[in-house]
Amino acid sequence: MRIGVPREIYAGERRVATTPDVAAQLIKLGFEVTVESNAGAGAHFSDAAYRAAGCSIAANAVELWDGADIVLKVRGPEAEEAARLKTGQTLISFLYPAQNPELLQQLTERGVTVMAMDSIPRISRAQKVDALSSMANIAGYRAVVEAAQHFGRFFTGQITAAGKVPPAKVLVIGAGVAGLAAIGAAQSMGAIVRSFDTRPEVKEQIESMGAEFLMLDFADEDGSGEGGYAKVMSDEFIKAEMELFAEQARDVDIIITTALIPGKPAPRLITAEMVESMKDGSVIVDLAAEQGGNCELTEPGKVALHHGVHIIGYTDLPSRLAAQSSQLYATNLRHLLTDLTPDKDGQIVVNMEDEVIRGATVCKDGETTWPPPAPKLSAAPPKAKPAPAPVVEKKKPSVLGPIIGMVIAGLALLGLGAVAPQDFMAHFTVFVLACFVGYMVIWNVTPALHTPLMSVTNAISSIIVIGALMQISSETEVIKWIAVATVGVTAVNIFGGFAVTRRMLEMFRK
Amino acid sequence: MEFNGIMVVSYIIATILFILALGGLSNQETARRGNWYGIVGMAIALAATIWGIVTQAYVELLVALLIGGTVGIIAARRVQMTQMPELVAILHSLVGAAAVAVGFANFMDPGRLEHFTGVELTIHDIETYIGILIGAVTFSGSVIAFGKLSGRIGGKPLTLPARHWLNLALLIGVIYFGYAFVQESVAGAGLMPLIVMTVISLLFGIHMVMAIGGADMPVVVSMLNSYSGWAASATGFMLGNDLLIVTGALVGSSGAILSYIMCRAMNRKFLAVIAGGFGTSEGTVVAGAEEQGEVVPISAEETAELLNDSKEVMIIPGYGMAVAQAQHIVHEITQALRAKKINVRFGIHPVAGRMPGHMNVLLAEAKVPYDIVFEMDEVNDDFPDVDVSIVIGANDIVNPSALTDPEGPIGGMPVLECWKGKTTIVLKRSMATGYAGVQNPLFFLENTRMLFGDAKDTLEGVFKAL
Repeated sequence: MRIGVPREIYAGERRVATTPDVAAQLIKLGFEVTVESNAGAGAHFSDAAYRAAGCSIAANAVELWDGADIVLKVRGPEAEEAARLKTGQTLISFLYPAQNPELLQQLTERGVTVMAMDSIPRISRAQKVDALSSMANIAGYRAVVEAAQHFGRFFTGQITAAGKVPPAKVLVIGAGVAGLAAIGAAQSMGAIVRSFDTRPEVKEQIESMGAEFLMLDFADEDGSGEGGYAKVMSDEFIKAEMELFAEQARDVDIIITTALIPGKPAPRLITAEMVESMKDGSVIVDLAAEQGGNCELTEPGKVALHHGVHIIGYTDLPSRLAAQSSQLYATNLRHLLTDLTPDKDGQIVVNMEDEVIRGATVCKDGETTWPPPAPKLSAAPPKAKPAPAPVVEKKKPSVLGPIIGMVIAGLALLGLGAVAPQDFMAHFTVFVLACFVGYMVIWNVTPALHTPLMSVTNAISSIIVIGALMQISSETEVIKWIAVATVGVTAVNIFGGFAVTRRMLEMFRK
Repeated sequence: MEFNGIMVVSYIIATILFILALGGLSNQETARRGNWYGIVGMAIALAATIWGIVTQAYVELLVALLIGGTVGIIAARRVQMTQMPELVAILHSLVGAAAVAVGFANFMDPGRLEHFTGVELTIHDIETYIGILIGAVTFSGSVIAFGKLSGRIGGKPLTLPARHWLNLALLIGVIYFGYAFVQESVAGAGLMPLIVMTVISLLFGIHMVMAIGGADMPVVVSMLNSYSGWAASATGFMLGNDLLIVTGALVGSSGAILSYIMCRAMNRKFLAVIAGGFGTSEGTVVAGAEEQGEVVPISAEETAELLNDSKEVMIIPGYGMAVAQAQHIVHEITQALRAKKINVRFGIHPVAGRMPGHMNVLLAEAKVPYDIVFEMDEVNDDFPDVDVSIVIGANDIVNPSALTDPEGPIGGMPVLECWKGKTTIVLKRSMATGYAGVQNPLFFLENTRMLFGDAKDTLEGVFKAL
């Protein structure tokens, strides 16, 4: 089958759906690859490089779309491109079917098989084809670069002969892939990075990137929705969140927002007042600009200046790092095509039983197959979840248990005290106290020494020999000989127990 | 049986020394001193008792001490470190036997009826009865545990039909004969109920341990440890001797805490362990449903290469290392790798092996420095940075299904999450399941390599290739 890679015609789009390196690997899978002339120019891949990799070059778009069985694109098709698709062709690109229902309708009617890279289910196995993550990673990195571009200072703190430079303070809101990438980039440039996310489980990830996790002092409401995305939070939570942002806005130099909830307009997190409270020369990078922006003043696609604060609303951050994003995107596509070509013979098989392929396929054979059925619950992050849940449930009912136990034990003790003689109670007191002493002492024993602990307690418990010693001088022969035997048996224990403990302890050395 | 002042003081000193002995075990530096405290305490207690109470039969006493002591020291010298669990179990049985013997001897003492009357006699009889009861259970239970640990008795839990009812019947029997014993003893009789009860207790001990699966052995050993303490304590009550009471209580609570720690490490309820039958009823069903895949074998040479190229290595030993006696070669590999500036650490699961702390003892025997040996909780977060994890003869403690399958037989048990590292090499003799009888999805993961064979032989191959 022939793969066609057209030049992206969306204004300002510099990415391309395959690179010469990846094209060579696609050819190994049995495909023929045709690239439209100048398709890679924006990402600095020349026609000559594609040719060297074994691709043929189509002079214009019409020729390319006509000759291809599979079309690989970055952006979803524009009207004129959609009009070129015909029955039997397969298109693989970003599509956002939820936002573009008419386009999906149109493609369905044309009998095209369309795989939307944005609809890949977020399960572990699909990570290698997860183009959204690849692009988000780049966007996060680029966001920091853009911020640095507009920020008139160093990121890193320095003490120079010309005076002290304080480090820049960066707040990253939303610690998804983009947020984490931004944290990493800003951190490595030397800034002090803080981050906030509604999902408490990302705290660890944030801290692993070297940033400080801003904890919201709020009854733990968990913001994790399905498939690892965030969900809409309660009003009280949002209020507390907004207070946190307002406070942070006065302090930080750069805010990078990445908060997105799938299928919803981006939440408004940074108000005009917060922008005004920021220091002159501060920068806001709004990665959610395309979905309306996390900042009230964001102008999608532009850099706005308000009260001396640059608000960067670029929607094409990955495209601004075209060579890098083309390479990652092309590799994601190659992984998908590898899965689609089980026999490596250049023939794709759209196996609708495969969860990943099923999720990506939005229309096939004249039928709309979007949205896919809900993904199986064996998704990526359940590792942490099932473990704590049952523990919590178990703990609750046991609260009453110990109290009832204590009451019963207390009553039993009182009953005992009522009938037992003085002498017994004295011994009993000693016994109970000894139990507590043992309890306190044993908890301090390091687990590595549990075996020596057992052998030494074993040796000590042969103190029962005292009992035999008390009887050994008995006038009765039977008792005497039983006692002698007992002494012998416990002696094994005393000497054996201490000796073996000593032997073990000798071995523990630094 | 009058206690003069010097004896009381000696007993107090002995008690304090015992507490210090246990406290000393809180870390490795003070542990040896702790053991000496224990020895001195025991010596003082013995000397004081012999000096203060024993009036005749010194010769027999000395002979018994000498014979017993010799046997004990020889056993302690000869025992292989891998056989420690067996030794500890059989030593527990001796304490149980001693408690039974002391109890019977005390009952046969003709002076008993003169010393005690009325309520005091009843309490004294109950003390005797309970002392013998616990002693007998400890004795037979420990013998069975010894058999199981040494492989003389199969590790599979023996689950009789209606075993809980059987236990209940035995318990009722014990209570009934206890009542009969107290009634009869006032008249100077009562030997019969006492003997019957002893037999019942012995049966109970056997049945209890037989029903417990091999995977739960650490709990059983520490539980028997606890029982031997309570037996000593009960004997102390019977004899009105505070030293016995205190020491027994110390040992008893120590064993109880150990059992609790072990149960927690396996996410098992203590009662469930005692009730027995682990891994037989529900275990295998899940295993079949689990997605199985292909295992990727690896050779010793490739393992060595992987190790050479890594920076962080985690070694996870299990019972298989003990069986293969592989701890020394493990240490040599560790030294070789550390000489190459590779950070080698050991991750120890609390229930690895057949008794608490088993792995630590083995590694210590091989002279692995203990500051590179870590507990599960200390290293579990570090696995993402680990290049190679080597699992030596362990199975259930590295089973990811404990986390992913909360309904499974080992669901919710904390495990070493080695699959989060870059590569895991599993040393195993075959694809058999672990003690819990659960298939381990770890073996089928993409980043897992299987190195089949006896751990000692394969590791020697690895060491040569290094």
